[in-house]
Amino acid sequence: MTHILKPQFRHPKLRTNALGLTRRDYEGVISTLCAGCGHDSVTAALVEACFDMELPAHRVAKMSGIGCSSKTTNYFLNRSHGFNSVHGRMPSIATGANLANRDLVYLGVSGDGDTASIGLGQFCHAVRRRVNMLYICENNGTYGLTKGQFSATNDRASKNRRGMETPFDSIDLCNMAIELGAGFVARAFSGDKAQLVPLIKAGLHYRGFALIDVISPCVTFNNHTTSTKSYDYVRDHNHMVGRLDLVPEREEITAEYEPGTSADVTLHDGAQMKLSKLDESYDPTDMETALPVLERYKKRGEIATGVLYIDDREQDLHDLIGTTNQPLNEVPADALCPGSSALDAINDAHR
Amino acid sequence: MQPDPIFNEFVLKFGTVNGSGSASANLLCAKALFRMGIPVSAKNIFPSNIQGLPTWYEIRVSEAGHTARRDGVDVMVAMNPQSYKRDTAEVVAGGLLIYDSTFERDFGREDINIVGIPIARICAEHWTDTRQRQLFKNLLYVGALIELIGLDAAVVEDLIAQQFHAKPMLVEPNHKALHLGRDYVRENIDIRAEVRARPANGTKNKIIMSGNEAAGLGALYAGATVATWYPITPSTSLVENYERHATKFRRNEDGTLNAAIIQAEDELAAVGMAIGASWNGARSFTATSGPGISLMAEFIGLAYFAEIPLVLFNVQRGGPSTGMPTRTQQSDILTCAYASHGDTLHIMLLPGDPGECFTMSVDAFDLADRYQTPVFVMSDLDIGMNDWVIDALEWDDSRQPDRGKVLDAAALDEVEEFARYRDVDGDGIPYRTYPGTHPEKGAFFTRGTSHNDSGGYTEDGRIHAENLHRIKRKIDGATERLPAPAIDIRSDLSRIAIVNFGATDLAVREGLELLDEAGQTLNHMRLRAFPFAAAVNEFADRHDYLFVIEQNRDSQMRHLLLAEAGIEPSKLIAVPNIDGMPLTATFVRDAVLDALRTLPEYKDALTPRISAE
Repeated sequence: MTHILKPQFRHPKLRTNALGLTRRDYEGVISTLCAGCGHDSVTAALVEACFDMELPAHRVAKMSGIGCSSKTTNYFLNRSHGFNSVHGRMPSIATGANLANRDLVYLGVSGDGDTASIGLGQFCHAVRRRVNMLYICENNGTYGLTKGQFSATNDRASKNRRGMETPFDSIDLCNMAIELGAGFVARAFSGDKAQLVPLIKAGLHYRGFALIDVISPCVTFNNHTTSTKSYDYVRDHNHMVGRLDLVPEREEITAEYEPGTSADVTLHDGAQMKLSKLDESYDPTDMETALPVLERYKKRGEIATGVLYIDDREQDLHDLIGTTNQPLNEVPADALCPGSSALDAINDAHR
Repeated sequence: MQPDPIFNEFVLKFGTVNGSGSASANLLCAKALFRMGIPVSAKNIFPSNIQGLPTWYEIRVSEAGHTARRDGVDVMVAMNPQSYKRDTAEVVAGGLLIYDSTFERDFGREDINIVGIPIARICAEHWTDTRQRQLFKNLLYVGALIELIGLDAAVVEDLIAQQFHAKPMLVEPNHKALHLGRDYVRENIDIRAEVRARPANGTKNKIIMSGNEAAGLGALYAGATVATWYPITPSTSLVENYERHATKFRRNEDGTLNAAIIQAEDELAAVGMAIGASWNGARSFTATSGPGISLMAEFIGLAYFAEIPLVLFNVQRGGPSTGMPTRTQQSDILTCAYASHGDTLHIMLLPGDPGECFTMSVDAFDLADRYQTPVFVMSDLDIGMNDWVIDALEWDDSRQPDRGKVLDAAALDEVEEFARYRDVDGDGIPYRTYPGTHPEKGAFFTRGTSHNDSGGYTEDGRIHAENLHRIKRKIDGATERLPAPAIDIRSDLSRIAIVNFGATDLAVREGLELLDEAGQTLNHMRLRAFPFAAAVNEFADRHDYLFVIEQNRDSQMRHLLLAEAGIEPSKLIAVPNIDGMPLTATFVRDAVLDALRTLPEYKDALTPRISAE
């Protein structure tokens, strides 16, 4: 199987954004995933979000690991550099890339095998280091490419196609990311584009580590009636804790919100996040109250979606280690090499 | 009546307890001898432990310039009750042993001079604080050496003053301890060592430095901005030295740094970050040792196949597994030459001393960028962590980094069609772009899966084969651009030669002189890089036998000479050494003579070995 390029033909009246680009300019090669795969919906949401945000595609770096989800970085933003690395190690590649050039937008797409199993350590440390990136985990609870083994996010009650249960509890990536210091944590359902697109936009705006855990059903191996990650189950148990509207800086805020039911967060670039609460007990800016509420949803078998946590300090790795504001890959060689006179002094100190 | 002293040719060894503060006193001695103008080398033989176990420090002093490790100790400072029996046994007949006579000891040797100094008692009389009592014991034995071997008191005092220039209050008590030791010997001991130090002129334009510091400086001078690593002996001090110098020389006026140093969660992440940074156009590196290489293997294959520059320092230690973490070996040669699964072959640079750690570190970044591939700098514990006397480091201010074939936005505008893995120039080296360069051109997809020349996924076997052959051609094209082997034709007539690489060189060169004395003149080739240049085969062709001296069990470099240079097996005589200690010249002599005795053409000319060693 080789990759399939999309035909270049386009309708002359396709809508363009402020950069003069059409939606098609944000697409990639044709997906080779199964028809109906949740991941393709996430790809479509990414295309829409980037088009709407008028992102210069070449300033985005797409990072991924190994697995069905990681393949999707080839299906959008074909004007961006992509890096399909090794299994579970995308976080370290993204960290290194970010160290080299802090000015690009880093978009990581990965799956639950990559993130919660083989690469759990790297994921945790990228969160802890607050690498400035949006990390999307396309979470289907199963290993698709190797044909249907349990993943570490598969719920204990969720049986596989042959009726077997996993003896182990699932890992909740969102809870873990909140505890480890991720500044923006959201959960979404691939089947709800209206919710997902604004979350992607907010995650891309956010400066620091942003995680979106997208429940993205695997139609082939994990969409049966006893699965908790099937389309039907997620639709029936999706519980939005809040609705997000993202307002770019230059747009006037027109929406009306009931007093006391919304929280506003202004991001570093001036964009405003309008968070209207659907659950009165839930405050996504307060880790202490948010975590127990999330735990309650989980116990009831419900899937809490929306912005689960937001830290408006927006700190990133470069802030923490004090790197220069200039991208390191642009610092001229002369500024990096101390030269012969400094070496003479170093020699003298070693006599 | 003592015999006439032997000047500036001896071994001084300290047997101490690790964590007792002896390391800085021992370094003080080495530096003092160096400042007296005498070439020295200092070998730290230490345990994988923080406090309480035996540790040794060996200084070879040689005005003739023989600074490899040498067996047999002329002056032993036996401060460790756990090891004094074994330390005593190492002293040569007529040698001198210094011990703390506060405690009774039975040494059981009549043929050596034993000097007892009540070191602990003197310290107890002058200091009340227990930590001070402990630390100043070390200065006391240094002071004793002023009298016993002729260490220059003024030089030692200057060094102490320099060491504590930030804490001047500490200078006086250190000087006091030094003088207490000196004066005790002056007033109470008649014996002096047969070996003596005296001022010489052998260290002009020399410095004393470890390979890890030199390699860290090389990375700094090469313009590396991203250092990602995981602590592991004996490589740790490489990145720590880079960091120390970077925080000084890369600091901007606003306090920010033109460098990013990340201590990763493990070696997998360390190398992953280095690859990510390099992919994105920053010069980056990681430093590790054998176990780290094993963990990094998967990523090394990705960098090889996706053609991403990568500089790895492997400061080798004793393997396999955790092995001997604090002993030296050259046993990762094959692991690194072919690191990762599938067909790979990697460039290795083989520094022979800290000076080459500096130059080859700089070269490694240029080579990695030029050939878009991993480059290993194969140091080892002996070079990396020990202090060597080397020529002062030099830098040519006109030198600019070679970033290889990278297209910027203007160049991309000129290009009709960009294809990341296309062999445009016929040298197998494709063109790369950094992310974010151009709004419409130059984007590509980096992958570890098989790919066509534009980076697209392929399962077409023909394309896969073409790509792998091109990569091989690319690396083959590098051989003559790598550091050339150092060839020494010591006799046009000789048909035998020693082949070695890395830290063993001092011992080999001294060993060649010992072999001359034994009537065997051998030629010499020190390998400095892999894959091998044509000069390696030319050297092999003019000899009947090559003694391949290396510090591993399985003669790994010999394997490479067989497999990659195609040298006849019968010509390559394996001379392995795996005791974990820096090589000695007597080992070289004896091993080569032993091997010669097995060869029909040579055995008759050699007397049988009559040695009870």
